[in-house]
Amino acid sequence: MMQFMLLFSRQGKLRLQKWYIAHPDKLKKKITRELVALVLSRKPKMCSFLEWKDLKVVYKRYASLYFCCAIEAEDNELLTLEVIHRYVELLDKYFGSVCELDIIFNFEKAYFMLDELLLGGEVQETSKKNVLKAIAAQDLLQEESEEPKSLLEEMGFVSGP
Amino acid sequence: MGGSTFCASKVSRDLTKKATMPAVKGDNMRGLLVFISDIRNCKSKEAEIKRINKELANIRSKFKGDKTLDGYHKKKYVCKLLFIFLLGHDIDFGYMEAVNLLSSNRYTEKQIGYLFISVMISANNDLIKLVIKSIKNDLASPNPVHVNLALQCTANIGSKEMAEGLGNEIPKLLVTGMEKSLRETIDSVKQSAALTLLRLLRTSPEYIQIGEWSSRVIHLLNDQHLGVVTSAASLIEALVKKNPEEYKGCVSLAVSRLSRANLQDYTYYFVPAPWLSVKLLRLLQNYPPPEDPAVRTRLTECLETILNKAQEPPKSKKIQHGNAKNAVLNEAINLIIHMDSDPNLLVRACNQLGQFLQHRETNLRYLALESMCLLATSEFSHEAVKKHQETVVNSLKTERDVSVRQRAVDLLYAMCDKTNAEEIVGEMLEYLETADYSIREEMVLKVAILAEKYAVDYTWYVDVILNLIRISGDYVSEEVWYRVIQIVINRDDVQGYAAKTVFEALQAPACHENMVKVGGYILGEFGNLIAGDPRSSPLVQFQLLHSKYHLCGPATRGLILSTYIKFVNLFPEIKSTIQDVLKSDNNLRNSDVELQQRSVEYLQLSTVASTDVLATVLEEMPPFPERESSILAKLKKKKPTVTEQAENKEPKQPMPQAQMSNNVNTHNTPPPLSVPAASNPPSAAASDDLLGLNSPGPSQAAPSAGSFLLDVFDTVGSSPPTNGVDSNGLTPGAEESFKKFICKNNGVLFENDLLQIGVKSEYRQNLGRLGIFYGNKTSFQFSGFSIDTHCSQITCTPKPVGTTIESGAQVQQVINIECITEFSDAPLLIISFMCNGNSHRLNLKLPVMFSKFSEPAEMDSATFFARWKGLSQPNQECQKVFKAKFPIDTEQNKTKMLGFGISILEGIDPNPDNYVSAGVIHIKGSQVGCLVRLEPNKNAQMYRLTIRASKPPVPNILADLLEHQF
Repeated sequence: MMQFMLLFSRQGKLRLQKWYIAHPDKLKKKITRELVALVLSRKPKMCSFLEWKDLKVVYKRYASLYFCCAIEAEDNELLTLEVIHRYVELLDKYFGSVCELDIIFNFEKAYFMLDELLLGGEVQETSKKNVLKAIAAQDLLQEESEEPKSLLEEMGFVSGP
Repeated sequence: MGGSTFCASKVSRDLTKKATMPAVKGDNMRGLLVFISDIRNCKSKEAEIKRINKELANIRSKFKGDKTLDGYHKKKYVCKLLFIFLLGHDIDFGYMEAVNLLSSNRYTEKQIGYLFISVMISANNDLIKLVIKSIKNDLASPNPVHVNLALQCTANIGSKEMAEGLGNEIPKLLVTGMEKSLRETIDSVKQSAALTLLRLLRTSPEYIQIGEWSSRVIHLLNDQHLGVVTSAASLIEALVKKNPEEYKGCVSLAVSRLSRANLQDYTYYFVPAPWLSVKLLRLLQNYPPPEDPAVRTRLTECLETILNKAQEPPKSKKIQHGNAKNAVLNEAINLIIHMDSDPNLLVRACNQLGQFLQHRETNLRYLALESMCLLATSEFSHEAVKKHQETVVNSLKTERDVSVRQRAVDLLYAMCDKTNAEEIVGEMLEYLETADYSIREEMVLKVAILAEKYAVDYTWYVDVILNLIRISGDYVSEEVWYRVIQIVINRDDVQGYAAKTVFEALQAPACHENMVKVGGYILGEFGNLIAGDPRSSPLVQFQLLHSKYHLCGPATRGLILSTYIKFVNLFPEIKSTIQDVLKSDNNLRNSDVELQQRSVEYLQLSTVASTDVLATVLEEMPPFPERESSILAKLKKKKPTVTEQAENKEPKQPMPQAQMSNNVNTHNTPPPLSVPAASNPPSAAASDDLLGLNSPGPSQAAPSAGSFLLDVFDTVGSSPPTNGVDSNGLTPGAEESFKKFICKNNGVLFENDLLQIGVKSEYRQNLGRLGIFYGNKTSFQFSGFSIDTHCSQITCTPKPVGTTIESGAQVQQVINIECITEFSDAPLLIISFMCNGNSHRLNLKLPVMFSKFSEPAEMDSATFFARWKGLSQPNQECQKVFKAKFPIDTEQNKTKMLGFGISILEGIDPNPDNYVSAGVIHIKGSQVGCLVRLEPNKNAQMYRLTIRASKPPVPNILADLLEHQF
């Protein structure tokens, strides 16, 4: 199972963190510090996998952002790389050409999206269509509740696209 | 498929388009966006903190204010707090407001509330009870999106309280779904429920009862919705690990699902459902190959299809296609290795990985090296792996990424055997000269292990280790240099060579302190073997060593001082030179207490003791007991876990103390030249060194004078005759005390009013040495003391002892044993003596069992299952079911099995309560491997013991011995 996922910038600023096991905050900060430094110190074209303590670290850089996951010994590295890619695709589709700023300003959306893709550190839904559908349904509910008089209300969210 | 993302060119565009505020989707919390912009515009850390403090004050006053906040504002402030927390600041308020949001009717407020709770709340927070209550409400909601929020929050926190409070609710959602809802939404609830349950199962299995639903859970693998199957597969794997038998039905379902895991929405860059396929392939790795021939054929077909696809031209040039395809392929290869039964598949897998070894993708080369390590352990593919030795050596030399080079080292280590050991060790030594610092220590350990394991000629071994110290002295841990000393001491054929080689190595102008340690120790023991050569005469040896003395730290100096006192014994001609050194202020008044004490004591010893006493005290070290190499243990525990790093403030012991305590605490390490302090009786210290005891040894065998007196007054004159025997002709109690030794080597074999008999034993391969201590507890002399041994199946050579034992005295007898063939009858020990006019005779069983010649064997699960399956003839197995004699205690049982001479193999049996072990029993000229499985049943307080071994009566002999131990 995945133990955690970190998104950080080339300057080492943490943009998103998702922990699938309970660690005290102090330990989380320590792990983050160590891993960010470790990954940033690696050169391009190096292997995307690292052994780190008793875990395997899988990372990939997309433009200014690093996506970094820690998985357990029996987990599949290559597919973790593709979990990252699928997540990026989802963000991209949702925000329309996603960039680091989208994630900063809409961090809560980034979390919601991640919860659809992965739950408890395991892959939950890998169909891009299904995840986006779920998020769109949430957004509809949102608009529905924010603007109760909207026409959307009458359309009903469940039968939406 | 999805256009590229985060493309580099966009960064500059961001600056123009989104510098102030990006377009925001959906909900619009303007205040939050303004705040985030403000933070981003802060020019300094101080400005940022100031802005944050202002915001915190604002939010605090809003939360405390009289006006009740509406949901929107509450949500906005909670979200701001979350953002501040994610920037790395502590947040100590707002939790209650977030919990309030959970019961809001508006979805977005609820959602933000759950997000805040998921990210911020720690498991032991006071509010957790309230959170659980809200979750319970939402789980019962008719609205599936609310149910999902509640499930996701449960999965995100996954605390024990949640398992306790919600563990009953969630399985229902998984198997029944909700009424009146659309199919689609039921599916999404099922998906989340499966993974939420999995999370709770991992934290607190005691609260999760699947019981009656197990078959319905298994059948989720048949669900039409591949998302449900994907989630359920993870849950089922966890359940299988706990109870393989109950979930056995999933094997055929998983195989059939694997062959039709194809649905358009789940195809990823032309690869059909890679995530599901990988999960299914992993699930199958929890079972042996399917028994049902039809299922087995189908699985083989699936695996062949996957291997075939690897050879087809790629359907897309995108890296994602390759990654997903190879992810499935790698997992298939893992399954093939796990089953370890189809040589054809194994060799195909190996060839495939061989191609990857030279692939242009670094990631693939890395994974190929990793998977090949596993293939190297299978007897079917070991040879095939060896064909790639040259490529792997090449990787070691040319890869630019240290983590890939590390994998190459691992693979060389795994593929090493007798035929290529010299070559591989040579390559590794060569690489070590320039190796990255981060992997040196591990490499040193690996080289040391290989050199020991495959040494035909021990001079080669000594050379390798000394090379290690020369090339990489800083990375040679204590275990490594302890081990070379153990081996040199235990093998007299290499001692002269070792002395000569260390002597030469010490002549280098700059030699590593570890070299000085090894050199000092070995010259102290075996310097005499080269003293005949005038170039290495005693004085030259001493001067050479002393020239290093001042360059070394206190621990090494202590060791060298011990070498000096050993020299006093070996070379009386340089005694006065050594005494002068010991006498120097630098030593006698050294500020280091340890060095000062050694100097004082050694000086005194050299002055007052007669040659005989010196010779006894400073005798050559006795052989070390053969146990698992401590280097191997070190290598195994090298990797710290993530949680360990939290408390990595291990107290560093000051060196000299660490050195002294080695004598007492560790089995495997030679005490760096311990010489007993002058006040200790030499013999006791010598036997300590011999066995490194932590079990009752000489202190029991040699009762103190105090307890003697009591015994004497209590019992003299009333002692019953000890000539009675039981139906087997044994003295009463003999059988019971014999059994006490099945899992340990030292202890009291017999005791009555007259006599106490203690035993210490050590075994190496097919040889054993028993020290028997006879203690006279009476106030009379034993006369006519004689000892006789009877044995038919093993060679038993007792050394003679005197015919009298004085009152209160103890004599020791050594008995050498050699195991010729397997045996079930223990040798008899017959003791007769006269005491106070009465004659006594004891018929005891010598505590020597066949299992004593067993050494624990380590293997991975693939090897274990392959061997287990290989031993399937009826007479190769013995099974016993018996009632537990003691409370079932995992730790004690492990200790017993290790004491029995077999390993504890973790992670092999899918049921963690079971014990799986392996051992190799040494018989003269051959070895017998044995595999053991012990399954406790806590409810019934029963055990089932299964032993398999290649040679027919062996399983029965071992089972008879082991049966009574638990």
